[in-house]
Amino acid sequence: MDDKLLITPAPHISSVKTVRGIMLDVVISLLPATLAGIIIFGIRSLQLVLASVIAAVAAEAIYQKVAKKPVTVNDMSAVVTGLLLALTLPPDAPIWIPIIGSAFAIIVAKQIFGGLGTNFVNPALAGRAFIVAAWPLHMTQDWLNPMTHDAITGATPLAVFNNTGTTSLGVKDLLLGLRAGSLGETCIIALLAGGIYLIARDVIDWRIPVGYLGTLALGTWIFGSPNGFFQGDWLSGILLGGAVLGSIFMATDYVTSPVTPTGRFYMGVGAGIITLLIRVWGGYPEGVTYAILFMNLVTPLIDKYVVPKYYGYMHDIQARKAAAGGGTK
Amino acid sequence: MITIKKVFGGVDVPGKKELSKDCPIEFAGIPGEVVLFLSQHTGAPSNPIVKPKDKVLRGQMIAEPQGTVSAALHAPTSGVIKAIEPRFHPVQARMADAIILQPDGEHVSDESVKPLASDLEDLTPEAIRTIARQMGLVGLGGAAFPTAVKLAPPENKPIDTYLLNGAECEPYLTADQRLMTEEAEKVIFGFRAFMKASGASRGIVCIEDNKPDSIEAMKRAIQPYSEIELAVLTSRYPRGGEKQLIQAVLGREVPPPPGLPLDVGVIVSNVGTAYAMAESILEGLPLIERIVTVTGEGVAKPSNFKALIGTPLSFLIDKAGGFNGTPRKVIMGGPMMGAALRDTNVPIVKGTSGILVFNVDQVVEEPILPCIRCGKCVDVCPMRIQPLWIAAYSERGLMEQAENARAMDCCECGACAFACPAKRPLVQWIKLAKAEITAMRRA
Repeated sequence: MDDKLLITPAPHISSVKTVRGIMLDVVISLLPATLAGIIIFGIRSLQLVLASVIAAVAAEAIYQKVAKKPVTVNDMSAVVTGLLLALTLPPDAPIWIPIIGSAFAIIVAKQIFGGLGTNFVNPALAGRAFIVAAWPLHMTQDWLNPMTHDAITGATPLAVFNNTGTTSLGVKDLLLGLRAGSLGETCIIALLAGGIYLIARDVIDWRIPVGYLGTLALGTWIFGSPNGFFQGDWLSGILLGGAVLGSIFMATDYVTSPVTPTGRFYMGVGAGIITLLIRVWGGYPEGVTYAILFMNLVTPLIDKYVVPKYYGYMHDIQARKAAAGGGTK
Repeated sequence: MITIKKVFGGVDVPGKKELSKDCPIEFAGIPGEVVLFLSQHTGAPSNPIVKPKDKVLRGQMIAEPQGTVSAALHAPTSGVIKAIEPRFHPVQARMADAIILQPDGEHVSDESVKPLASDLEDLTPEAIRTIARQMGLVGLGGAAFPTAVKLAPPENKPIDTYLLNGAECEPYLTADQRLMTEEAEKVIFGFRAFMKASGASRGIVCIEDNKPDSIEAMKRAIQPYSEIELAVLTSRYPRGGEKQLIQAVLGREVPPPPGLPLDVGVIVSNVGTAYAMAESILEGLPLIERIVTVTGEGVAKPSNFKALIGTPLSFLIDKAGGFNGTPRKVIMGGPMMGAALRDTNVPIVKGTSGILVFNVDQVVEEPILPCIRCGKCVDVCPMRIQPLWIAAYSERGLMEQAENARAMDCCECGACAFACPAKRPLVQWIKLAKAEITAMRRA
């Protein structure tokens, strides 16, 4: 009997949190926004979501089989990637778009770099960036009108807003998501509900979305109006486009965001600034994808320089001061 | 009452104290064999002064301290010395020399076991330190640092405050809680001896708020002494860590290693050590027994024992009603910092506060996944270092980077590994880095 005793290092108890549980929480938190997208833009949205999720999971399983690695689709991270990618798509995009996007996200952005934990950019956003570059027309024209589901060919509300500094949409419509846009980005209430769930479950750090949206709001207020400084419509600035979706669900991706609370705040602020630069001065209507991808690349730098002050650090500072003082005398 | 200052990090652990917190301390009895390691304290091993076939009495010194940082060893009961031979040391996890004592069952005390004083007025600080050294006292909170050394701080580092650590933040363990509840007056007597010996003018008794019975008892016991105050801490692991306690109670931070609490004018001792000090002075009894909690879902009757140092774990587990089902893991110490053992034929040492038995249901056997850089370990680390990077460096053999990332600051509390959703053995990697860095520095 005694020889069956297990020897492992301390600690011998562990928190209930697991990687799979965290991923599951993210999926749960995205369900309201997914459901809202399906209601607002029609059953087509559901097809895109399913295609994207299935493609992501299949791509992960196939790659790992071919590469003779353990198949890890059980950790649910591929489901999260597929779901997130789908939510960033125009609701009238062809069904092969999410399939190719998810495959790119999983294989090129994630698995080739070693899989979960070692990718350096957010896979879903890398997948989206790839599709935008390869099939720009589908990604900028396949919009639908909310509720009526008919195709529109004009500029999106965000593009209009970036040019004129105003929008015809009321705050109520913006919060409910009754506007043209990507299928999961429009219903702000659903996105906030998911965000609050994730913060309450201690899955994400509030500093990233708050830093991001706060910076974007402040910048839009200062620079967002063609009539002069400090006249921008900051509320529409954060509610239009994908900033809420991106800041809560994508910029907070653990693997590609800083590990310290302060670092995470900088990540949010940085992404906010880049989004603003692209929207106000860039030629491209939306900046969220590239803002977050850029900050993903800056994350190792932030982690290098933003380091918590270790316990007892003040004694070392005092000692250094004393040594420096002694040297000048 | 003392206001508690903000402390960084820590984790909420399941307390599990209810298994044994209401079980009064019982004497465990005399086992068939007593195994006394020459090294069961920080510092040089003690030097045996008996030889095989010698008859010894309870409380008789059988090994003397070697050098300043060392501790004496005494026979916990009367009997015959069977051998001095290497046995498996449960804490050091290697073979180490031990004195093997065959008890005669008579439990006859040596003539030296008689009251030394009944009043602290009769003892000088020097006399208290001498008693601590003669009686083999070491810190009973786990590190087993020789008490006499702790009580003699260098003259340029005066001590203003002495903290009595009754936090007992490790889950499951209730030895300190029972001791404070049942023997509050003796604990405070020993604490006052510590204060007198160290020159500290202020004493603070620190207890986590999940022990109301201990708080009541200690409150009553400190009533007559205006120089002693009580600090009630919220329960959060690792509040009872020496450095965390100093931070929470006094708002001071100890300098990084090799800094010591005395660098900020503080000494911390465990309540068990204070009780042993009182027993030494009031009864003339050396450190030959201690309170051990035998608990966990894997024992039939969780208990708090007064056990002879050197008693085999198997003897104590039998006294606690034996196993409750099939044991999967036996741990010496608490679940956060204790060591898993391969069998129960090893003795308790002076630093053993508990024996924990887990069945399959309590044992975490989750696969180890890659780090997802969630930063939970950074959020919970009470030393405010970044376990994920240190562990990653250590795993890759990059010990210099691990040192630059402050691996040596790690107090090995295990909060990081507890919080890790990928179930990575962070502490193990950091411990390895610490060992390698220490070796590098020696070279």
